[in-house]
Amino acid sequence: MLSLGSGGGKSTKPSFVSYVTLEDMKIKEKEEGLRSKHPYLLPGEVVFCSANHVLKYTQEDASQRGVYGTLLCTNFKIAFISGESASQETAPPFRNKLLSENDIPLTCVDHIYGVSDEKKKLIIGGQVKSKYPSKLIIQCKDLRVFHFSLTYAKEEEAKKIFQGIVHHSLEPKSLKCVFAFSYCETASPSQASRKSSLTLMFETKEDWSMELGRTKGNCKVSSANEDYAISEKLPQFFVVPFAVSDDDILRFLGKGIPFWCWSHHSGCALFKMACLPTIQEDGISQKYMHRMLDAVTQDQLCPVKIEDLSSCLPALQDLQLSYNKFKQLFLIDSTTEFWVSDMKWFSSLENSGWLEIIRQCLMKAVEIVDYLESAHTSVLIVEEHCSDLCCVLSSLVQIMLDPYYRTRSGFQSLIQKEWVAGGHSFLDRCNHLYQKEKEAPAPVFLLFLECVWQLLQQHAPAFQFSETYLTVLSDSINIPLFSTFLFNSQHHRDTAMKPGHPEAQRSPLNFPSVWDWSLQFDCKAQSLFTNPLYVEKPIQDKALRKTSHQKHQRQLSLPNTLSKPSPRKGFFKEETDNLKKIFLGKRISKWLNPTESSKELYESWQRKPLDYQGLLLPYLDGPAVRVWMQRYLRWVPEAQIFGGGSITTVNRVLELASEIQDLQKEVERRSCRMNSSIEWKQVYSGPPLSARLSSFPFTTTHAWSFKPAIPSSIRQGLGSVSSLADKEDDDSQGSGVL
Amino acid sequence: MASASTPAYNSNNLENNSSKNASRESLRMEPLVDVPQLPGEERITDKDIIYICPFNGAVKGKVSITNYRLFFKSFEVDPAMTLDVPLGVISRIEKMGGASSRGENSYGLDITCKDMRNLRFALKQEGHSRRDIFELLFRYAFPLSHSLVSPFGLPNNKWRITFVNEQYELCDTYPTVLMVPFKATDEDLRKVSAFRSRNRIPVVSWIHPVNQAVIMRCSQPLVGMSGKRNKDDERYLDTIREANGQTAKLTIYDARPNVNAVANKATGGGYEGEDAYQNAELVFLDIHNIHVMRESLKKLKDIVYPQVEETHWLSSLESTHWLEHIKLVLAGAIQVADKLSSGNSVVVHCSDGWDRTAQLTSLSMLMLDSYYRTMTGFQVLVQKEWISFGHKFSSRIGHGDKNHADADRSPIFVQFIDCVWQMTKQFPTAFEFNELFLMTILDNLYSCRFGTFLYNCESVRDSMEVKEKTVSLWSMINSENGKYINPFYTKESSRVLYPVASMRHLELWVSYYIRWNPRIRQQQQNPVEQRYMEMLALRDQYLKKLEELQISDSPHIANNSNSPASPTQLVHHVQTPL
Repeated sequence: MLSLGSGGGKSTKPSFVSYVTLEDMKIKEKEEGLRSKHPYLLPGEVVFCSANHVLKYTQEDASQRGVYGTLLCTNFKIAFISGESASQETAPPFRNKLLSENDIPLTCVDHIYGVSDEKKKLIIGGQVKSKYPSKLIIQCKDLRVFHFSLTYAKEEEAKKIFQGIVHHSLEPKSLKCVFAFSYCETASPSQASRKSSLTLMFETKEDWSMELGRTKGNCKVSSANEDYAISEKLPQFFVVPFAVSDDDILRFLGKGIPFWCWSHHSGCALFKMACLPTIQEDGISQKYMHRMLDAVTQDQLCPVKIEDLSSCLPALQDLQLSYNKFKQLFLIDSTTEFWVSDMKWFSSLENSGWLEIIRQCLMKAVEIVDYLESAHTSVLIVEEHCSDLCCVLSSLVQIMLDPYYRTRSGFQSLIQKEWVAGGHSFLDRCNHLYQKEKEAPAPVFLLFLECVWQLLQQHAPAFQFSETYLTVLSDSINIPLFSTFLFNSQHHRDTAMKPGHPEAQRSPLNFPSVWDWSLQFDCKAQSLFTNPLYVEKPIQDKALRKTSHQKHQRQLSLPNTLSKPSPRKGFFKEETDNLKKIFLGKRISKWLNPTESSKELYESWQRKPLDYQGLLLPYLDGPAVRVWMQRYLRWVPEAQIFGGGSITTVNRVLELASEIQDLQKEVERRSCRMNSSIEWKQVYSGPPLSARLSSFPFTTTHAWSFKPAIPSSIRQGLGSVSSLADKEDDDSQGSGVL
Repeated sequence: MASASTPAYNSNNLENNSSKNASRESLRMEPLVDVPQLPGEERITDKDIIYICPFNGAVKGKVSITNYRLFFKSFEVDPAMTLDVPLGVISRIEKMGGASSRGENSYGLDITCKDMRNLRFALKQEGHSRRDIFELLFRYAFPLSHSLVSPFGLPNNKWRITFVNEQYELCDTYPTVLMVPFKATDEDLRKVSAFRSRNRIPVVSWIHPVNQAVIMRCSQPLVGMSGKRNKDDERYLDTIREANGQTAKLTIYDARPNVNAVANKATGGGYEGEDAYQNAELVFLDIHNIHVMRESLKKLKDIVYPQVEETHWLSSLESTHWLEHIKLVLAGAIQVADKLSSGNSVVVHCSDGWDRTAQLTSLSMLMLDSYYRTMTGFQVLVQKEWISFGHKFSSRIGHGDKNHADADRSPIFVQFIDCVWQMTKQFPTAFEFNELFLMTILDNLYSCRFGTFLYNCESVRDSMEVKEKTVSLWSMINSENGKYINPFYTKESSRVLYPVASMRHLELWVSYYIRWNPRIRQQQQNPVEQRYMEMLALRDQYLKKLEELQISDSPHIANNSNSPASPTQLVHHVQTPL
């Protein structure tokens, strides 16, 4: 069993040399015998296969050392357990309850490479033969990279685990094989049925009515599709203009219908629409479209602008291509690779085009905001199925215009409204089932999170949630447990959750929603989701008391009515009127040149002090659009700043926030002498500043002594320096001084 | 500056700016018995003393010395007399009298100020009080010559201070006071100086407080084409190595790219050859020369002014190589700091040892020693590593010079400040000063409003009487240093900072380089800092409220013994200085 794999035996390269000698192995075996290692399994989780004596290379260490342990494959994850791995008490405080440090959900596997005879080869599902590679490199969708050596495992076990991993993570499977199903059949219902009460799920008529009421929208809730009578793609309930009849909806099965997204306080609104089937005769569709537009404009009362996304934004395939290039920049195998790629960092970033796509989306969103905000024109976003980039843009527009969506519950409600009810094909886009013939996968939802992150890092005090929250949300897409991300539509979900066989007498499955955060994180870890910089809405109560469950009323971002003047910073009436005149006068010309119009919007927006509860616009200049460092660099050891990073300021803010809270409590206690109604937020106290890495809370410090990263191969980049490089510092020898 | 509170002295029309400040300060602080303190100002010592007032005779009182000022207050309250003298005003301190003189006030101090005054004090003989106060004043009033000495408890048996350059006779671009190995005699130094470019011999910049490893700086050896050797230089470097017992090999960091070092042989320079310096290892740090840096910044300007390059921002930025040069400088400094931390002494040089060398030594000191990350410490650092060791500010900046294409000009100091800014970005809580502080330094690098950056070296400054004729930038900054304080600063004394010198973390200093663009300027207001300041204000509001409640409620509190924290504790706890 200790026969070295083909690569290990003759190789002289350090990448295949283990520091563990055969003697060590025997000692280890004894230890392992003493300590029985049980994998932590979730309800419904079954181990398919496992292999002992697998070596996991420790990434932090350039010396190719590793830890021995058992590699398992279950119906949920690939797991590595070692005797040396952290026990419960040393486990990091920010821990996912579903997954440990070395667990990879099957749906999180991005690519697997096999290394045999020093050749790195991409493993493709379905083509696996009985031969197995000596080393396995697993790249995850959350950008972790694992290196496992199978050299020291028993041949039989190694073969099995290799085939098992490839089969379960790289080969097509049916939806029923997704772990959520076996989990929900086994888990106690109480565990799964908890719902975040503040998040609107948009599954009921009431939720839509509430949203319509909150934004004072001039539309109606339609139940034409109740029980999916008309379309399986549409939600059961949605909102349309008053003039749209049930027959209209039935006519093209929901295509060509303007679905309401959000209403601006001026009365104009944001709509989205799927294209009409092309087979229709021109006359019919033209007439139909005309009627629909009339419905939107309420018979010409309110102008409308149509935004066809197919003509102005990249296609989904481009999205996927660009992201693949981009993500490659962070999947780094070795320190050498890190420093070599460092030389061309900026041009590689640019070549991937990912930041440019983010910029384009934000720019388009600003244009739409401009129509709604400055010209008080309704906007109708048109896309083929109105469930991809349409969702990105409608959500972004709403975040920029409505501070409610910058709260956590508001943001979650927005995702429910635009993405889940909006019928974004999460399952196909994420390609969790590995079905090749299906429509192209594309990171559409991730693109949206990226755009939100840009806004968040530019205007931190405007958001109630933190960067960590966004990162964790982006990770949750790849955990095959949440109804939120597992289906292509609400109908798809409802049918999937029905009992499989009629004879199986049980209630429909109840998949947890991703918003049920307690499933993944305890309260303490969840406290990191809150942004300590968030500026809450000005509180009327002088006693500084927070009224709980206060309904979010939409704040006027550019108030043009005197009914509700912004109490702190706002426009003066005259100024507003003036602006309105300018906008009205230039409306026509602006439409001819959209970027110019946005410029005006920016100028008027920048002229007043930034109101975090008002309109929020992204900065889009080259230096302003950045890489989401926390998400992309958190696992790269070379990129960690020891005891530094922006997390250190956040930490200071947290300390101050807790201090203020203590004082607040004390003042409350003294002035009221009764039980206070303030909810005390738990403040996270992590390890001391100096022991943290900039990737906190995602990687924790290890016992290893910190060595600074010293760039290697630094000369190449400057290869083409001009002849100046050969010159002396001081040409005029001797004359330089005195 | 005789800002005694008696009106007669206040009418003194010789008062300069700082004395106005001082008298306002003292008036404002009148109700407090204590010494007025600026943010960042730290009390050094208090002593009972007698002020020999030329007008009123001896006045008994207490003198307090901080790192910013000398403050005297009479015991007598009516009329009270105060003196408030920023240390920067002091030009000379002398002892007068002593054991042999007679009389009660025989141990005297005579302080000559730059503002036409002399202050005389008398101290008691007991407890060496005069010696203490003399040394403290000397150290803090003249940080330039003494920052070398103070932290390390010098001289000791390994290192000594030499005045061999007192009249700039050894090296005209070095300061007058130098720290050298104890074993090397002044004669040795003179011999070594013959073998070093422009006589810039290896001298100590910094000593590690724990492992005693040192950073030495110098210029290149004059090896030349023929590969000359110099026994004195070789022995001298070995002495340095031996002074720190743990170092088996002395590491010499040559800041230049290898090829450039070789090319320098043609002009008489070169590097320490393996044969000649057997106990040393030579590492090239690949930092390019002043011309490359100048062109790089020019390119950067082209892509940010007047319009910021839109479509290919990232690749354009890359093609300027500006951040890449920043990366190389930082990477070099990290290596120096790392070597020091592991107990090895290093020698740093480039060609002449006044550009890249200054960048490397000062940046590595910034990483190693938290003192230099304070407001005063950073001033000392610039003053020492740049100004006194002869970075050619005049030539590099071209003060008052019409020759804009002078090849001697180069933004080396700007690049250094950029590196410091990169460090503050990576360690936002480790520096006492903020971005504005760095920008103010850069603005005044060109402004010629202050004497700080004028001329190329100390010897010229002495002959031009810069100290007498100009004001220091630091006095301006220190007089309003509230503006320059980083609110997030957390004091951590013994931490070594290793920034990550990767393009992934290096950013363009937008708020400096693109500040003329109004659209960009708007974006640069740091929301996090603003919000933090708001929160600080909110905290103070609560504190005030609590205080009020405390006053109105005091009987009530007495009953309430089971409160979680007693109000005084609470108040005390939250009043962390910020």
